[in-house]
Amino acid sequence: MSTLVIAEHDNGSLKGATLNAVTAAQAMGADVDILVAGANCGGAAEAAAAVAGVGKVLVADNAAYEHQLAENVSLLIAEVGAAYDNIVAPATANCKNAMPRVAALLDVAQISEITSVESADTFKRPIYAGNVIATVQSADAKKVITVRTTAFDAAAAEGGSASIEAVDAAHDAGISSFVGEEVAVSDRPELTSADIVISGGRGMQNGENFKMLEGIADKLGAAIGASRAAVDAGFVPNDMQVGQTGKIVAPDLYIAVGISGAIQHLAGMKDSKVIVAINKDEDAPIFQVADYGLVADLFDALPELESKI
Amino acid sequence: MKVLVAVKRVVDYNVKVRAKADGSDVDLNNVKMAINPFCEIAVEEAVRLKEAGTATEVIAVSIGDKACQEQIRTALALGADRGIQVETESNVEPLVVAKLLKGVVDKEQPQLVILGKQSIDGDNNQTGQMLGALANMPQGTFASEVVVDGDKLNVTREVDGGLQTVSLNLPAVVTTDLRLNEPRYASLPNIMKAKKKQLDVYSPADLGVEVTSHLTQVSVEPPAERQAGIKVEDVDQLVDKLKNEAKVIS
Ligand SMILES: Cc1cc2nc3c(=O)[nH]c(=O)nc-3n(C[C@H](O)[C@H](O)[C@H](O)COP(=O)(O)OP(=O)(O)OC[C@H]3O[C@@H](n4cnc5c(N)ncnc54)[C@H](O)[C@@H]3O)c2cc1C
Ligand SMILES: Nc1ncnc2c1ncn2[C@@H]1O[C@H](COP(=O)(O)O)[C@@H](O)[C@H]1O
Repeated sequence: MSTLVIAEHDNGSLKGATLNAVTAAQAMGADVDILVAGANCGGAAEAAAAVAGVGKVLVADNAAYEHQLAENVSLLIAEVGAAYDNIVAPATANCKNAMPRVAALLDVAQISEITSVESADTFKRPIYAGNVIATVQSADAKKVITVRTTAFDAAAAEGGSASIEAVDAAHDAGISSFVGEEVAVSDRPELTSADIVISGGRGMQNGENFKMLEGIADKLGAAIGASRAAVDAGFVPNDMQVGQTGKIVAPDLYIAVGISGAIQHLAGMKDSKVIVAINKDEDAPIFQVADYGLVADLFDALPELESKI
Repeated sequence: MKVLVAVKRVVDYNVKVRAKADGSDVDLNNVKMAINPFCEIAVEEAVRLKEAGTATEVIAVSIGDKACQEQIRTALALGADRGIQVETESNVEPLVVAKLLKGVVDKEQPQLVILGKQSIDGDNNQTGQMLGALANMPQGTFASEVVVDGDKLNVTREVDGGLQTVSLNLPAVVTTDLRLNEPRYASLPNIMKAKKKQLDVYSPADLGVEVTSHLTQVSVEPPAERQAGIKVEDVDQLVDKLKNEAKVIS
């Protein structure tokens, strides 16, 4: 049994999500190789080779893969993946974009966002915004799988000594091109891998007030998240949305401020170890999942919290 | 240009769905059904393209049993011109949905196919991408802005780091994210008009597609319950609990 893990990276370095996918792949009882598709991605390939328990790292270094365009990358993954039993990727935006194309090219189903490996062909995955966990069995000889990263520990980033092999397949489908990007730069930890996350909702009233969360986040080394309502209202950018259709987080501590606790928001954070809710409405549903609930006006509570931690 | 929109019938997003006690399936008895929210956004985008004079015809397609005609009628009331139902059992895997949509694409030759990014029942996030591969069309997934630019389509996408813009050759596939637009409500006269719009029904065989099953749902279960928490009196108590009981801050 052999598994190809698709690396999430920014060419220069490997993203942590890859390490969680490696752990899921190892749970399938398989030899694990990693595919790094990118341009000038030697840095990411070397980092992948250092991951514990990896057999070899295949590197497709070509301009066609620079921006992870799904039309190009999917052709590559389908070709390289032909030699493997499983093709596994973290459920990042890039991999969610490309992997279903891979599955269709191979004429197999995709199993999205698995949270556990029950056996070689059986997996668990959340459905209905995480209100139900389904156990699904695949009849496909080759399996295409994305992994919910919060459900698997990260494999050790060091200690491995995989060989690095170049793959020269250059697939440029020629039907799409990259125009530009607006990427938020932040010194804070990444939302999906931070130990502490503090999120604001509609109750924050405006983007300016998110500064009150920043002060606390700086003191705690936390990442900042948001509800859909806060993003829709333009308080903060889309990459901060936590939830069913945003990012899934499971930090040691999640602090929800001015967030009511809709099903769709809970879907993205209810596996956090400790949940704190600050809300002025004592009946807000967020209190049903909170370990510690504080019924208070956030404009009083946040400055006080910042001064006391 | 002709625009095809895929709409799925799903449980209403306000319903908290539960697993049946025997774990055989989810309990959908008497729950409210609706058009998948992302599909509603897809219909709205297509209708706006028509209102802008870019689209000439908007066709709403749904795959499922007869009940999904209700969601096609919703799309027609929102402004789609005609509907297509591909008659199958109610729960078809994304790969098969994509093959059936490819069959409709071959028949109708649209320049643009708009789908939701995700069904809120299965949370798959697959169908649009699969259709793209099967029809060899480029894709703009998780779209927050769609601009037709001559024979190209510029799509701004919501990605992990922020926003990315890609340029796609037409015909193309787009999947909608939440912030692409805010769907309108259907007016009563439009709901009445929708009842008279054309709705064709095809079988998978009409489209030359064999309905297969690659996955079996073995069982379902509720997620792990969280232990009930407490309400703290004030910020001091909260800080104390976090430091000394939960030990998550120092
Ligand atoms: C298809 C679909 C997908 C969705 N995906 C997501 C998703 O991924 N993530 C997500 O978050 N949502 C998602 N939603 C939206 C979700 O249903 C809710 O609308 C949203 O989470 C509400 O955000 P909120 O809690 O910030 O706002 P509200 O529900 O308006 O809650 C605001 C809260 O702030 C409190 N408050 C107000 N002022 C103060 C104050 N001064 N001090 C203290 N508390 C105060 C109020 O008591 C209230 O509880 C989705 C919805 C749909 C239909
Ligand atoms: N049975 C269906 N009928 C019509 N469209 C569908 C169907 N299933 C999925 N889709 C489309 O594919 C999108 C993504 O669904 P999924 O891949 O299941 O998350 C939906 O928002 C619809 O636009």
